[in-house]
Amino acid sequence: MKVAVCIKRVPDMDLRFAIGSDGKALDPAGLKFDIADFDGYAVEAGLRLVEQAGAGEVVVVSVGPAAVQETLRKALGMGATRAIQLEAAAIPFDGMAVAAALAAELKDGGFDLVLFGRMATDSANQTVGPMTAHLMGVPCVTAISKLDVADGRGTAERQLEGAAETVTFPLPAVVTIDEGLGRPRLPSLKGIMAAKKKPLDVRPAQLGTASLTVDHIALPPDRPPGRIIGEGADAVPELIRLLQTEAKVL
Amino acid sequence: MANAFTGVDFYDMDSLLSEEERAVRDTVRAWVEEHLMPVIGEAYIEGEFPKQLIPGMAELGFFGANLPEEYGCAGLNNVAYGLIMQELERGDSGIRSFASVQGALVMYPIYAFGSEEQKKHWLPRLAAGTDIGCFGLTEPDYGSNPGGMITTARETKDGWLLNGAKMWITNGSQATVSIIWAKTGSVDDTKSIRGFIVPADTKGYTAKDQKGKLSLRASDTSEIVLQDCLVPRDAILPKSGGIKSPLMCLTQARYGIAWGGIGAAMACYDEALSYSRERVMFGKPIGQTQLQQSRLADMLTEITKAQLLTLQLGRLKDAGTMIPDQVSLAKRNNINMACEAAREARRLLGANGILAEYHSMRHMANLESVYTYEGTHDMHTLILGQAVTGLSAF
Ligand SMILES: Cc1cc2nc3c(=O)[nH]c(=O)nc-3n(C[C@H](O)[C@H](O)[C@H](O)COP(=O)(O)OP(=O)(O)OC[C@H]3O[C@@H](n4cnc5c(N)ncnc54)[C@H](O)[C@@H]3O)c2cc1C
Repeated sequence: MKVAVCIKRVPDMDLRFAIGSDGKALDPAGLKFDIADFDGYAVEAGLRLVEQAGAGEVVVVSVGPAAVQETLRKALGMGATRAIQLEAAAIPFDGMAVAAALAAELKDGGFDLVLFGRMATDSANQTVGPMTAHLMGVPCVTAISKLDVADGRGTAERQLEGAAETVTFPLPAVVTIDEGLGRPRLPSLKGIMAAKKKPLDVRPAQLGTASLTVDHIALPPDRPPGRIIGEGADAVPELIRLLQTEAKVL
Repeated sequence: MANAFTGVDFYDMDSLLSEEERAVRDTVRAWVEEHLMPVIGEAYIEGEFPKQLIPGMAELGFFGANLPEEYGCAGLNNVAYGLIMQELERGDSGIRSFASVQGALVMYPIYAFGSEEQKKHWLPRLAAGTDIGCFGLTEPDYGSNPGGMITTARETKDGWLLNGAKMWITNGSQATVSIIWAKTGSVDDTKSIRGFIVPADTKGYTAKDQKGKLSLRASDTSEIVLQDCLVPRDAILPKSGGIKSPLMCLTQARYGIAWGGIGAAMACYDEALSYSRERVMFGKPIGQTQLQQSRLADMLTEITKAQLLTLQLGRLKDAGTMIPDQVSLAKRNNINMACEAAREARRLLGANGILAEYHSMRHMANLESVYTYEGTHDMHTLILGQAVTGLSAF
């Protein structure tokens, strides 16, 4: 079983962040970076698939500047076999630019499965996985929460609103991963030490043409402070009036 | 539910750490958040060490992490090791104590003073958590002055016969193996102190839980009695000799404790800071009052000083030039600092500050033990006094 997992280095969006002076990107000051949440689930899924198969390798791939090596080494610390950095000065916003680089790298790699997170937690585009599948000419199943592989075919489950859908598909294939497959393991301390000795190849990314550019980013407006309009039953008429005229929810 | 803990880093100390050191810290931090924080309040109230956490800690490599890989350990440097202690104590001093004892007070003496067979037998088992260790030095009448101990080991034709009592022994009741320090010569001969590996199922060995603790409640503290306890000849740690051997172990443990104090202080500061932003009194957040800002500024300042001090201590240890007096300074400073931070945080939290649902009072109570064990604050004062004057006051 040979699995590639494509992972993105993203800022931790739970921390406070500011928008940079150009208005088009986050201000890098004070940001902490880590593997995108769903990509962590994808690494876990890849490790489990190879563990179940009893043999094979998990290759982690990331497009971006030298800093992505830290993210790749985290995945190596979790247990991935080797890593590939597709070097680019910055991580392009346009999914097509990234997908072209990944497809060029992975197309002839002999992978049974190429895994992605359902989406990157910073840009939330959900495009790179499906685009890579298209460029590789293989089937793509998105946002799966369960995955089995047997006899050259995959069976995956997708959670829909109020239902679960099971799809089957031939390998090789691209699959994007939702949370259900199992929480990403922490890199063990021995794993962290071992990661330093695992192969990490660096090659220039053959980026595709980007046709999207970010015009500007804006933070949501501050929520106005709450207001106390009165107490007890006496306040109800005024509350109803405001819900009708101001909040316009009634 | 408060946001996940992200540390306190006012002086960009992260930039002084290697990628690998940060990765180790992040693994332990995530483990504490996910596995320890949800159970610690209850464990503390119940007065139980959360045993169920041992396999997970072992699997990630928390025990004896700065010892070599050939013995099943992670082979980390001492800064990374210190960061493990910091993050564990961010959760609870009792959990850090467990790991300190297992690594620095049980695995370290076997590594430093043991035979190759002892190392090969015990270290992988202790790293894997299949054996739990404890360290018996203190006695009912010999605390700050362990050299005065009266536990004896007498050589007989069948092995070593141990007699005596050890007090305040962390992990004592749950340990499967104990490092016991005893005199092989007369009671006034501190040079005759040797270490022994004593399995807890040895006849004549009993451990009894210390009841009624108001501190370190999520830690097992016990009394150990040795009554004609016979261990084989090869139970002795061959390279141990004199009071300096257990003191070398304490230097290892105190080094980790110095880091641990930072963790506990960070937890309290973090809790106080977020509470100060949310708690509104007199129409504004209490964080907008000068008195509470003064508390926070003091905590932040002391934490930042301790971080830089302790990182340099770790760099000295990795360079092989650290001296025990430097460890005394850091243990003394950091634990006192953490005690103050915990108390101020608890006060800032008002009535909520006395609840187990919050963390500051648990840390505050725990840190009183840490202030006392591994050399009391006073003893480290005397050690430093001796170091600078050349005159011993103890
Ligand atoms: C929770 C907990 C866990 C522990 N775990 C372990 C363990 O795992 N293994 C182990 O061996 N021990 C352990 N200890 C024991 C600990 O190391 C001792 O309690 C400590 O060394 C102090 O000894 P003592 O309690 O006998 O105090 P004492 O030595 O009696 O000291 C009492 C007071 O007198 C002061 N004092 C003592 N001598 C002087 C002096 N010359 N000048 C001025 N003041 C002085 C002290 O600073 C202190 O304030 C633990 C203790 C606690 C509380």
